[in-house]
Amino acid sequence: MSAPERLERRSIISGIGQSDVGRRLGRGELDLTVDACLSAVADAGLTRDDIDGLATFPGAGIGTGGFAGPSTPEVQDALRLKLNWHDGGLEGPGQLRAVFAACLAVAAGLARHVLVYRTVTESSAQGEGGRQGIGAMAGGRGIPRFSGVMQWTLPYGAVSAANWLAMIAQRRMFEYGLTREQMAWIALNGRRNAARNPKAIYRDPMSLEDYLAARMISTPLCLYDCDAPCDGSTAVVVSRAEYAPDTPNPACHVNAIGTAIQGRPSWDQFDDMTTFSARDAAASMWARTELRPGDVDVAELYDGFSILTMVWLEELGLCGKGESGPFIEGGSRIALDGPVPLNTSGGQLSAGRLHGFGMLHEACVQLRGEGGDRQVPVTPEVAAVAAGGGPIAGCMLLTRGPS
Amino acid sequence: MSASGAARGPAVRVLPRLDDTNRFFWTSGEDGRLRFLRCSACHHYVHPPSPRCPYCLEASLAPEPVSGRGVVHSFTVNHQQWIPGSDDYVIGLVTMAEQDDVRLTTNLVDCGPDDVRIGMAVEVTFEQADDVWLPLFRPVTSQ
Repeated sequence: MSAPERLERRSIISGIGQSDVGRRLGRGELDLTVDACLSAVADAGLTRDDIDGLATFPGAGIGTGGFAGPSTPEVQDALRLKLNWHDGGLEGPGQLRAVFAACLAVAAGLARHVLVYRTVTESSAQGEGGRQGIGAMAGGRGIPRFSGVMQWTLPYGAVSAANWLAMIAQRRMFEYGLTREQMAWIALNGRRNAARNPKAIYRDPMSLEDYLAARMISTPLCLYDCDAPCDGSTAVVVSRAEYAPDTPNPACHVNAIGTAIQGRPSWDQFDDMTTFSARDAAASMWARTELRPGDVDVAELYDGFSILTMVWLEELGLCGKGESGPFIEGGSRIALDGPVPLNTSGGQLSAGRLHGFGMLHEACVQLRGEGGDRQVPVTPEVAAVAAGGGPIAGCMLLTRGPS
Repeated sequence: MSASGAARGPAVRVLPRLDDTNRFFWTSGEDGRLRFLRCSACHHYVHPPSPRCPYCLEASLAPEPVSGRGVVHSFTVNHQQWIPGSDDYVIGLVTMAEQDDVRLTTNLVDCGPDDVRIGMAVEVTFEQADDVWLPLFRPVTSQ
């Protein structure tokens, strides 16, 4: 029996759009989302009447203030879309799960053009005290008790992903000799690229000394290892590949998606703490393509925390196992003109926590050659995109031409 | 702040809601022993609690005391004031001596934050809060 067809290859990203991005924009999440969606639809050469699918991550009501963005019913109604397929949800291979679902929906013929969006207003929510969480409870009467997975970490003050990711970094220091001076280059490279991105939030130069002097959040992660909450919405249109010749802007072809998780789905119990399921997602992606790591021309790898980008570099095979520290040190290999241009918009550390969809948007910008001052010198043919970390991780390859 | 230079945990401990699946674990320290579910068929320990043994799928799990010994698999010293009023405290991930894939997130205590090491041998000590006995871990002192 021949291998099953890789159906994601029947899909393209035909259009991209993004709202204003910034700190405390003072605009509603639906307002920002509509901006991004209309921009993406126009970019794809379509009108809202052409859109027959809608998807988002994670869907309404998830997480703390400003995290989830509007639900698909809200967006459908705001744009009066007539849908053949719709999907919103948290569980799956990371933030890109909504994109993967859209790719498979168009491949299956359930929809022709799927609008996929991710909206955050975490900066405004923080300004309103919306993310005080445990702290606010502790100040009030009666602290609620927790069931489910959080019961194993909250009693110990392991309340933030920063704590969990810090333990990944610490373990990597133990196993691979990773140093803070090496890890710094994820933040420094991001800041260097953000200076060339007019929409980035933090654009002032950052030195290694600045990084090392930053206050600790949870050792060994300092402030600059943690991404910057922002307000903003990103949208893409996922279409059937047959539409590629008709797009007004170059289509980005989906070559392969990576969705696997083989270890225990847990921050405590996963077998290899230095990789988590980035290992499995990357392996499953490479098993679906003839492309090899050496073919990747630009890498947009999730930096919700700097250490996650280092995990992705290794697990995607863009550098050797355990070697991401020396690989990024000094910053030349990951610079715009280096062999692996990385997080070219500034990443989430400097351009804002658009929660994975910023990486996807930037990969398309680079493949289309529209990066302006931050465009990698030779227009890339293959882009790697990864989002998430820990037991929540997914990745994909996009190409400038058809597979 | 203890003499060792770090707090034993956050200023406020958010506690688990006890139910029929987790009560044995969170109250185990009442007699000073740590317990995990163990399968009477294949003898694996299982954590977090589950209705059947995930190794052999037999419905044969019951709480069983363990040594309380383990090894620090990783750790972090928390500085951020997620919980206002907290001094720096050490979050640890401890692998239990009995089985590699039974780990607990915990606080490492009675050890200065600069002295914590991955691979360090630790043993359980309990902190009671209401009806819950939280397993914490300290460097091994007894033989």
